[in-house]
Amino acid sequence: MLAKTHNAHGAAKDHGTMAQLMIGFALAALLTIIPFLLIIAEVEIARTTLIGIIMGLGAVQIVVHLVYFLHVNRSAEEGWTLFASIFAVLILVIVLAGSLWVMRNMNENMMPMHDMDHMTSLQSQQG
Amino acid sequence: MSIETISPLFGRLSLDWIPYQEPILVGTFAAVAIGGFAVLVLMTYYGLWGSFWRDWVTSVDHKKIGIMYMVLGFIMMVRGFADALMMRAQQALAAGGAEGYLPQHHFDQVFTAHGVIMIFFVAMAFVTGIMNFVMPTQIGARDVAFPFLNNFSFWMTVAGALLVNISLFVGEFARVGWLAFPPLSGASFSTGPGMDYYLWSLQIAGVGTTLSGINLIATIIKMRAPGMKMMDMPVFTWTALATNVLIVAAFPVLTATLALLTLDRYFGMHFFTNDFGGNPMMYINLIWIWGHPEVYILIIPIFGVISEVVATFSGKPLFGYKTMVWATACIMVLSFIVWLHHFFTMGSGANVNTFFGITTMIIAVPTGVKIFNWLFTLYKGRVRLELPMYWTIGFLVTFTIGGMTGVLLAVPPVDFQLHNTLFLVAHFHNVIIGGVVFGVYAAVTYWWPKAFGFKLNDT
Amino acid sequence: MTPLDSTQLAPVMVVNDHDHGADHDSPTQIGFWIYLMSDCIIFGALFATYAVLGGRYAGGPGPLDLFEPEFVAVETALLLFSSVTFGLAMLQAVKGNLNRTLVWLAVTGVLGAGFIGMELYEFRHLIHIGAGPDRSAFLSAFFALVGTHGLHVTGGIIWLVTLMVQIKMHGLIDANMRRLATLSMFWHFLDLIWIGVFSFVYLVRLV
Repeated sequence: MLAKTHNAHGAAKDHGTMAQLMIGFALAALLTIIPFLLIIAEVEIARTTLIGIIMGLGAVQIVVHLVYFLHVNRSAEEGWTLFASIFAVLILVIVLAGSLWVMRNMNENMMPMHDMDHMTSLQSQQG
Repeated sequence: MSIETISPLFGRLSLDWIPYQEPILVGTFAAVAIGGFAVLVLMTYYGLWGSFWRDWVTSVDHKKIGIMYMVLGFIMMVRGFADALMMRAQQALAAGGAEGYLPQHHFDQVFTAHGVIMIFFVAMAFVTGIMNFVMPTQIGARDVAFPFLNNFSFWMTVAGALLVNISLFVGEFARVGWLAFPPLSGASFSTGPGMDYYLWSLQIAGVGTTLSGINLIATIIKMRAPGMKMMDMPVFTWTALATNVLIVAAFPVLTATLALLTLDRYFGMHFFTNDFGGNPMMYINLIWIWGHPEVYILIIPIFGVISEVVATFSGKPLFGYKTMVWATACIMVLSFIVWLHHFFTMGSGANVNTFFGITTMIIAVPTGVKIFNWLFTLYKGRVRLELPMYWTIGFLVTFTIGGMTGVLLAVPPVDFQLHNTLFLVAHFHNVIIGGVVFGVYAAVTYWWPKAFGFKLNDT
Repeated sequence: MTPLDSTQLAPVMVVNDHDHGADHDSPTQIGFWIYLMSDCIIFGALFATYAVLGGRYAGGPGPLDLFEPEFVAVETALLLFSSVTFGLAMLQAVKGNLNRTLVWLAVTGVLGAGFIGMELYEFRHLIHIGAGPDRSAFLSAFFALVGTHGLHVTGGIIWLVTLMVQIKMHGLIDANMRRLATLSMFWHFLDLIWIGVFSFVYLVRLV
């Protein structure tokens, strides 16, 4: 325990190694390039699938950053770092999903006019 | 409201806003000025300034900061209570066609100030003070994890409280209710500086509270005495941990929400306006995502206080330590998925209302576990009826009544009948006075000898 | 590891030359991480606002009229590279290599400044063409979210420069190593938030 903590401090545990950094960089670069290419090259995929892919890759990349750059793991700070991260994710999911669900429901019930915004929008493909 | 009328230094505040024409305010100001002057003279006469500055203002000692939070809480309670008396007097006098003694805009400010002060600067100050004073001593830490930050957090809270009080004499306070729903609180309907006082005051105090929460969590995680495992911690420390987790998770939402409303008011943005696609309901949604955990931030540490007091004065260890810890954890998580019950009537569908109604009722289960644990601790104990115990018994009765009216209100159809009535007002005053205030008095009388070296007279 | 271990650890620390016992017993690391989580929830509220209000153009321009994926790709690259160069600076600091630490930190700062420059250019351009934050709820939410991230990066750059001066003056002492580790968390965290921004704010809206 002593030796491990001590050595780990210098390199492995807190600040990572060169190998970790480079693996993280490679994965992050890959996970960034794919969604940008999908959009820039205007790949023909169903709209919802494409949104799912982009969001999914983003989520994976966040995990990559947490593991390889921020070194979140079970042993850092007796697991408190991991616990705090998981709790934060739980709260984020509640805030995001909850707000969307609640607000969508209210819009449907209270604002029959809300579609007007979309119709009058200048938003168009030829932009 | 055009942006040109907002001065970069004073915002909407100008000399015209100083209320010379209000006899009530001028009289209050005169009284406060004379009283304040007397305090200054006495402090100079007894040569207290050096000690005041060195031993209190700049102190990083968690116990002194804890005591200062309690003093802040009691001072602000006087102000909040005066507001309550003024409102009740107005309601009594304005019956039967009479106008009463308060002009409308003044009544609205008093109404807003009462809620803001009682929650942010009385209840929050009390629970933060108790946690600051008690928790480090319970885990055997010499001080909190970041002692300077602790002092800084306290003075941020004081700065917020000062802004509210300054607004009484310089300008006006918000006229929007304690949570300042837009569009009423937006630039087009709240054109005076009052709403800006509200935003800055709560923003500053809120950031201070978040920093204090981070500080106390780090203290519990890192500074327990050697060998003290999590399940060895006293129940009050557990509840302090849950409370501070809630603070750190909920207060950022308040910070963001108030910042967005500030952007609306200062830069003409359209988050919560009626035009240009803004949606006032989003404010109500966000503010209650903070607001519901907030009420648990107030009551959870009190659950810890009651647990300590009941065990001590029953001469028995607490009944069900583990269930107490798990009940606290359950309440902590559940408090984040009930926020919509604060606006059942504002247009959500039946499915949404049902979900939030049921989650709200589920919270009664871990809370009930706690109540029964306290009762079983009392059962067959050698109960000593001392001052903290009187407050605790008062708590058990009043808080249970308040809790049960809460379960009634959790039923959406019932809420449709009872919202905007005194039933609701009574519900939350039962849980906040019968819960937080009684609990705080129990804590003050219980830990008073620890703080000042002598016991308060029971009679 | 229980607190008991840390007391046993103390003698070992003395043997070690520049190693930084400070951040093992010190609550700074976990305290700062908790702060980052609270910051994360501020961003969560802003993301939620963008999610709810992002479709309300109020007759004004929408994402397809305003967002350039190539532009955002360059911003993203700058930030990702800066994250890696910060990692390199950290590794050099652990080795005790003062000059290389400073060089990599400087590179990180320049990349960060490039990112902020691009973002300011984008904001200026949007306001210039009448798509400012007061045009619609969509643009308000966009400016608030991306602007808050930009403010954080600006704060990070100021902190970075300050820390470089401190390292220059006092070397890689324990206190500076702790600050470096803390800023490292902050910087990587901002890159992590940016993943959410480029995915959710820009790319998804260009589908």
